[in-house]
Amino acid sequence: MTDVVSSPAGVLARPARRDIGIKRRYAAERRFRAYGIAALSFGLLFLALLLWSVVSKGYTAFQQTMITVPVEFSEQIIDKDNERATDPQKLMTANYPVVARNALAKVLGVAENDRAGLRAVNQMISDAVRGQLRDMVTANPQIIGTTQTVSLLAAGDIDSAFKGQIDLNVSENNRKVSDQQVGWMNQLAEAGALGKHFNTGIFVNGNSSRPEAAGVGVALIGSFYMMLIVLVLSLPIGVAASIYLEEFAPKNKFTDLIEVNINNLAAVPSIVYGLLGLAVFINFMNLPRSASLVGGLVLTLMTLPTIIIATRAALKAVPPSIRAAALGLGASKMQTIFHHVLPLAMPGILTGTIIGLAHALGETAPLLLIGMVAFVANYPTTPMDPSTALPVQIYMWANEAERAFVERTSGAIIILLLFLIVMNVGAILLRRRFERRW
Amino acid sequence: MSTPLILLILAIIAIVCYVVGTRHALAIAGGVSSRLHSRPGYYGTFVAICAVLPAAIILAAWLVVSPFYVNSTILGGFPEDVKARSTAEQGLAFGMVSSLARGMDVLTLEEIDSIGADAVALRGALGAKGVPLAGDPEPYMVESAGDLNAMNKISNRLMTALVLIVALIGAGFSYTRISHRFRARNRVEKVILGTLVVASSIAIITTIGIVLSMLTEAGHFFGRVPAWEFFFGTVWDPRFAAAGASASEGQFGLIPLLLGTLYIGLVAMLVAVPVGLFSAIYMSEYASPRLRSVAKPLLEVLAGIPTIVYGFFALTTVGPFLRDLSSSINGIATGDFANFIQAQSVLTAGFVMGIMLIPYVSSLSDDIITAVPRALRDGSLGLGATKSETIKKVVMPAALPGVVGALLMTASRAIGETMIVVLAAGVAARMQLNPFEPMTTVTVKIVSQLTGDLEFTSPQTLVAFALGITLFVITLCLNIYALFIVRKYREQYE
Repeated sequence: MTDVVSSPAGVLARPARRDIGIKRRYAAERRFRAYGIAALSFGLLFLALLLWSVVSKGYTAFQQTMITVPVEFSEQIIDKDNERATDPQKLMTANYPVVARNALAKVLGVAENDRAGLRAVNQMISDAVRGQLRDMVTANPQIIGTTQTVSLLAAGDIDSAFKGQIDLNVSENNRKVSDQQVGWMNQLAEAGALGKHFNTGIFVNGNSSRPEAAGVGVALIGSFYMMLIVLVLSLPIGVAASIYLEEFAPKNKFTDLIEVNINNLAAVPSIVYGLLGLAVFINFMNLPRSASLVGGLVLTLMTLPTIIIATRAALKAVPPSIRAAALGLGASKMQTIFHHVLPLAMPGILTGTIIGLAHALGETAPLLLIGMVAFVANYPTTPMDPSTALPVQIYMWANEAERAFVERTSGAIIILLLFLIVMNVGAILLRRRFERRW
Repeated sequence: MSTPLILLILAIIAIVCYVVGTRHALAIAGGVSSRLHSRPGYYGTFVAICAVLPAAIILAAWLVVSPFYVNSTILGGFPEDVKARSTAEQGLAFGMVSSLARGMDVLTLEEIDSIGADAVALRGALGAKGVPLAGDPEPYMVESAGDLNAMNKISNRLMTALVLIVALIGAGFSYTRISHRFRARNRVEKVILGTLVVASSIAIITTIGIVLSMLTEAGHFFGRVPAWEFFFGTVWDPRFAAAGASASEGQFGLIPLLLGTLYIGLVAMLVAVPVGLFSAIYMSEYASPRLRSVAKPLLEVLAGIPTIVYGFFALTTVGPFLRDLSSSINGIATGDFANFIQAQSVLTAGFVMGIMLIPYVSSLSDDIITAVPRALRDGSLGLGATKSETIKKVVMPAALPGVVGALLMTASRAIGETMIVVLAAGVAARMQLNPFEPMTTVTVKIVSQLTGDLEFTSPQTLVAFALGITLFVITLCLNIYALFIVRKYREQYE
């Protein structure tokens, strides 16, 4: 077996040192390694760039410029002819923006007959004050005729200017705020009347065409409903399907087909699920358009393959000794699985489910097709009501031209990413805490 | 009774049956559960299942079938001149009837009496209650609405009675079956197994649903536009017809969209494949475990970021950056500061999509490269090859089929990707080869054809399903081919 190479008798000639190109080969080695480092850094660099670009554009969205002024709820303007007792519509339709404008004009010292000045003042306040003041008055009609200190929403352009997002070196004609308005803004800021406050509006408001009043409240509710539907439907169905495929299914053509099918469904483009939802749920079953119920059903179908694949992996990881022990003690196959295998596989299943849910939360394309791109300003009360979803809201704002919407969009993305981070960290912790290695 | 109430009652029946069944089984065994064939809970579950399952099936079937029956009866009861109209008009009339019927439930009896047969007053009264009508109802509609309500009421009563009776019969029958030797566990497990089978067939149903829904809708489309014009047409101009003016049929050529899809996908793969592969090689062969444990999850974060975020990144950061860069390059070179890269372009969309695909390539290839056995590497290193030579000459050839499979799957993802291209690639369907100009893709057109309120009968809407089935078939073929390659050429190292 051993073949000892015996050197021929005599002196073994020392071979000349062969040139094996060691230098060149080591250089190639270093180059190859550098390519790897470059590729890895390229990926990580763009991850950092992506996050930085979103955060740097979006963190200001969580602050909102407010103008705090004493507002005189003048009876002259709100209800000149004192009809509010007889006509309830009177207080709803009164000219509140003028009330706000006059209050600000008074503080700034703009004369009541200076029309251009008043218009410029009006542009500094958001149109959303109409609703704000109306709500104050209808809640408490006694304040008519009195003067109250109110924090008014500043207009989107003033908000951007105050946050320094508008380049003031550009010629006055080419920007949306005039020098006069900037002067007023600084004057108010020095007097402490104008300042940045934490923006609760972005979390609770519905959609609005005015960036300063737009929020993701409705979208959050819609996304919440959808996640609930996805969780309630896809977890039990997914787990049941995986148990059958992994533990019971005989190996035949049919189960083979299901298997290939599930792997393919996981790779079907998400937009195709949107088409399915449109054709089946809306066109055939006549479910309402834009409803979170339909969105939830579509996302459920999309998430199922992910959950099934994760669950099967988790079931596979439970060692056969557990099954053998349970069966040996007289448990039926069903008891073995439900009492012993499934609890041990649960951490893996939940991790897969959370990751599937996180994926569904960020999905946009199928929702566009089932009509969730609707302009919804009111809170949905049931999953059947028109609603929108967080990523769809981002899509809609990304298409808005106004500068201030870029900030809002980035803010909404930050909120979405925070949710995803929480879910993924939860999944990782779950895995760390409960993962067992046999 | 409303359906949720019936479901609640069924749930209560189930709980009661479970408790009663369990107690009864224990009582039969004289309190010693070991005398029974199964544990007492199984008897309770058996009774509950017998009570609720058939009832629930009847309930579901009734809810599906009865509207069809009721609606067709109501449609059949329309006056002859209405029946002579087109199906669309009949549908409209039926819509009126059903909203009338809904409204009549809201009104009180006195209100209905006071309105009498005055259609206009009825519309006003319903409007005040928050049930808007599209037009003034005709007298026959009011009558039909009354019939509809009456029939629905009868149907609901019949359903409630039937469901509850079946539930009680089931409970009573199964209760009498309980005895020492009764194999309750086996029965219950059979039902559970049935549920598992049903759950796993949902995957099949989804696929069938996708294929069928797309085929029927695409079939409607091909009834209006010849298939060869769609598949081989080189002009995409769907010409959004104004409502009613359906005479302008537009051109629906798939080729420019497909070309755009493939072009953008190619750019994306040109970014993702080298970066992803080299990252995978570096992480699996060179990186220290510590670096690997940090870098791998970080790179996978890229896969967890929603695609809409990439789209926004492309739209607001990458696109403008490339545009400004091109204008300064042009300025330095020629003195003319016109940009030659558009903000929305093949390059922008492809580049950002490439970044998104990096983790798909890298983690799939990483797994495959790690699976190549140690012995192959040791053999090569032992013969004096450097590490990079080992990787190039030994590891990669061994991992090649898997890597190719992974790349094909990544390509199918690139083709199906929607949000990045919607925001960054543009909407102009053009056939050209300049990567700095905007092009559009199949997915963009699916979205743009289906957003907004469109009637479901125009080819402008239906073309989205033809595009969808094309997309589905392409990605399906890529995936199946990928699986095939992986299975066929997988080296067996045992």
